[in-house]
Amino acid sequence: MLSLSNLSVTFTQYDRGLRRKQLRVITDLNLDVQAGEVVAVVGASGSGKSLLAHALLGILPQNAVMSGTMTFQGEPLTPHRCRLLRGKAIVLIPQSVGYLDPLMTVGPQVQRVAQLTGRTKAAAKTAVKKTFTRYGLPAKTFDLYPFQLSGGMARRVLVSTAVVTPAQLVIADEPTPGLHPDVVSETLTHLRELADAGRGVILITHDIAAALKIADRVAVFYAGTTVEIAAGRDFFTGKLRHPYTQALWRSLPQNEFLPVPGNQPNLEQLPQGCLFKDRCPWVDDLCREERPALRELNDGWVRCFHAEG
Amino acid sequence: MLKGDSLWFRYGPQLPWTVQNISLAVAPGEVLGIMAPSGYGKTTIGKLLSGYLPAIKGAVSVNGRSLPQKGYCPVQLVFQNPELAVNPRWRIRQILQEGGKLNLAQLAAFGIHPNWLSRYPHELSGGELQRVAISRILNSATRYIIADEMTAMLDANTQALIWQIVLDFVKKQQIGLVAISHEQRLLERLCDRILNL
Repeated sequence: MLSLSNLSVTFTQYDRGLRRKQLRVITDLNLDVQAGEVVAVVGASGSGKSLLAHALLGILPQNAVMSGTMTFQGEPLTPHRCRLLRGKAIVLIPQSVGYLDPLMTVGPQVQRVAQLTGRTKAAAKTAVKKTFTRYGLPAKTFDLYPFQLSGGMARRVLVSTAVVTPAQLVIADEPTPGLHPDVVSETLTHLRELADAGRGVILITHDIAAALKIADRVAVFYAGTTVEIAAGRDFFTGKLRHPYTQALWRSLPQNEFLPVPGNQPNLEQLPQGCLFKDRCPWVDDLCREERPALRELNDGWVRCFHAEG
Repeated sequence: MLKGDSLWFRYGPQLPWTVQNISLAVAPGEVLGIMAPSGYGKTTIGKLLSGYLPAIKGAVSVNGRSLPQKGYCPVQLVFQNPELAVNPRWRIRQILQEGGKLNLAQLAAFGIHPNWLSRYPHELSGGELQRVAISRILNSATRYIIADEMTAMLDANTQALIWQIVLDFVKKQQIGLVAISHEQRLLERLCDRILNL
């Protein structure tokens, strides 16, 4: 349904006076999403996860230059098409109620989303009420302001904004941090249901343990690039391909809680060769010279010269 | 010893009690975990212990004395959201200097890049800013740290990296640490003792 290949995004910033600098925030990113599946995008902050969502919705800032190809349902996703599709065929479930209008009750806000996708006012209102009921929100929720919602209710309202549209692709940006475990699993279940109903879901998160509960596949981002695309079960069967993915998995409190030292490279001066080379246990001369391409390995993808099955 | 003695708190005279008769103590060098369901007032307890909110009944004391009203507080609170803990009009250098002289070795360990120092808070990501906020309080004037969901917004590797540095500092300087979190696995890793409210 969605396919991205070799996507790169560069920001041009003015440094001092008229001197400009280039910030390569996404480098050769690859990702594809099928209908009916949840693809989790995990990585550290600053790895380009949210920018991917912005690129898909066509809301990157003016100073961004994009290259590579994006196709959605077989046709190229041009800036013009992004504008036409966003909010209709491609929707975003935002992070928090901070994205809602604080001075407007939530029912009419969700209703407006439904109307913009072509429903009549009456049909939209019915759809919103039906969705709220389905998610166990009391009828009075329709007339509450965003600040009156608890964390769990807020998540259900935000998920509703996607459900009332006929969108085929749903992007959820960090839907879980700071929430109670029950609310987290509820939110994840709702996303899984969206996929089971035939939509494609991109779950953007830094919480790998939460992602693995529902994801069919996991794309691991590092410094703006895809270092590995693995099946969810690969994490549990020890079949991870890339040293960074292995490190992420090891560093969970329920595993070894052992981090790899260091940081992602500075995006202002991306190094030559592999972007992970300064933290990698397998590094050699080839990695220092040349940047590995994403290659297929054991029914998954990896960007590493030395990964073996 | 940092002590909270039968603490009571509510956000308004008509509102229900958020914190009801909570007592706890943490010794220098000890790591205490606090776990409780949502809405149980964990965050409020953290704010009371650090003097950010005054308790309505009960008292907070460090070595038998109440918290100072002026100057650097020996009990430092780290929030989940660092944007709320820094002055948006200050550059990172000035923010870090609130905690004393810059410790370059520590900044490097936290992965705080020297060219961040001249930036403003909004020019860093949440995870980057959180490292700044934590680095700021790791100094000799801090005796107790309250970490309220301190690494909830960070990826697993950065989380483990930050806790490694913080726990090392806490043991070396004999600082008492209260870790508040939803994540049982994390608390089990960190704490000498876990309080289930």
